[in-house]
Amino acid sequence: MRRDIFQAIAHPTRRAILTLLVTGAMTPNAIAEHFNSSRQAVSKHIQILTECGVVTHLQTGREIHYHFNPEKMKEIDIWLERFRKMWEDRFDQLDNLLNNL
Amino acid sequence: MMNNFLFDADMAAKKIHVSREFNAPVEKVWRAWTEADFLEKWIAPKPWRAETKTLDFTVGGVWLYAMVGTEGQRHWVYAQFTAIEDGRAFSSIGRFCDADGNPVMEGPGSSRDTTFRAIEGNRTRVDMLITFEEESTIKMFVEGGFKEGTTLSLSQLDELLASE
Repeated sequence: MRRDIFQAIAHPTRRAILTLLVTGAMTPNAIAEHFNSSRQAVSKHIQILTECGVVTHLQTGREIHYHFNPEKMKEIDIWLERFRKMWEDRFDQLDNLLNNL
Repeated sequence: MMNNFLFDADMAAKKIHVSREFNAPVEKVWRAWTEADFLEKWIAPKPWRAETKTLDFTVGGVWLYAMVGTEGQRHWVYAQFTAIEDGRAFSSIGRFCDADGNPVMEGPGSSRDTTFRAIEGNRTRVDMLITFEEESTIKMFVEGGFKEGTTLSLSQLDELLASE
């Protein structure tokens, strides 16, 4: 299954994890402490975030730290910018039509 | 003249709010959004053009149209009207489809609520709230477009846009 950034932000727990990681890298245990759901469920969300590329991990000794990857979030901005431009262009065409109605 | 264009996206909530003012009375703007002859004149991003197969502007009715490319390629779009408040607001749901209007992907499409309001100077403000109903809808946009390391081509973009 292919993963993408939209899938990353589609679940409230994953959005919450991303918000946590924006403030700094964290171990899986430290992340899990912020949630009522099982450690296993949180771990699954971290795994999806990793597969989406929005979270990377770094191993130091026995410890794993998860990091937020801001570059990946830019994909959303690119898409939104195109979507926005498309509506602007449409509305300009609509202005022309309305002028001639 | 200021048109007060607004584009406010909340991707986490799967909603995009688009708003714009037009230098025409509500009655005219409403027609431009609800009659095929007028819609075709502005809805397609250049160099594409829109071609309507059917438009039944009633609750439960459907607007089935194609975005036609310069080489004759067609991307079919299906929009069904779910609510109409004559001259003031209408709602629709949209999705990818084939030439007969059959959906080409599983899951619900996006929905759109469009409202029209008279403002000072015999002008009109249009507000549109686009909602992606489920995660699958957003994925539908993505899978048509984003691929690792590449950008969206114009035709892919049209395909994406067609689905909203």
